Amino acid sequence: MSTIKLRTKEKEGMIQVKALIKHPMETGLRKDSKTGEKIPAHYIQEVVITKNGTQVLQADWNGSVSKNPYLAFSVKGAAGDKIKLSWKDNTEKSDEVEATV
Amino acid sequence: MKRRMFIQGSLAAGVAGIAAPAAMAKWSADTFEAKGMDATIAAMGAGEAEASDKIKIKAPEIAENGMVVPVQIKSEIEGTETISLLVAENGTPLTATFTLGEGAAADVKSRIKMGKTSDVIAMVTAGGKTYKNHVSVKVTKGGCGG
Repeated sequence: MSTIKLRTKEKEGMIQVKALIKHPMETGLRKDSKTGEKIPAHYIQEVVITKNGTQVLQADWNGSVSKNPYLAFSVKGAAGDKIKLSWKDNTEKSDEVEATV
Repeated sequence: MKRRMFIQGSLAAGVAGIAAPAAMAKWSADTFEAKGMDATIAAMGAGEAEASDKIKIKAPEIAENGMVVPVQIKSEIEGTETISLLVAENGTPLTATFTLGEGAAADVKSRIKMGKTSDVIAMVTAGGKTYKNHVSVKVTKGGCGG
């Protein structure tokens, strides 16, 4: 099961890209309500989006981006283009998904 | 592709001290883990930022839940290369930097956490210069685990 929901839609020469990633985005500041211990930082640091293999957006984040992050932008393109999104977090976990517009 | 391979390669090497060329955005602890606005802006090298109303920030005036504050930043500055989002009152203000590639519109949307009422600042780099704008967002319930 992919952690990424990727939606793409072509409109007037622009591809609208919307992504929702399932991730806890822990800042490292929050405390466990039962044990009182700090929950270690666990957040996505880098999101890369490519169109037909060329990078069109890179998003660098810290833990201040909300849990289950949402990202939307648009890029010039046409139906049939391949949009790929990949992410990597501070524990070296990663995931990626590709969609055809 | 070459660029991606370089990024992966340099990360795999695990050497934090590698100086990447300025134009190449690589996740940097220096800026993202900098505490407080002054240190963050110094780490970003953005001390000379010029105020510009060509940067449009769309955020709620009042956010009931600081855990999820929707923010949209649009830059009408020609040749916009990067868009950074900072929350002045968060412990580590730099929240996100978006580096635009070929054909990408200078218009990004995301959701952020805010500990308390704060200015939300957008910084844009274009043609070697930095521009900024800000809005204030009132937070009634903080979202940074305090």
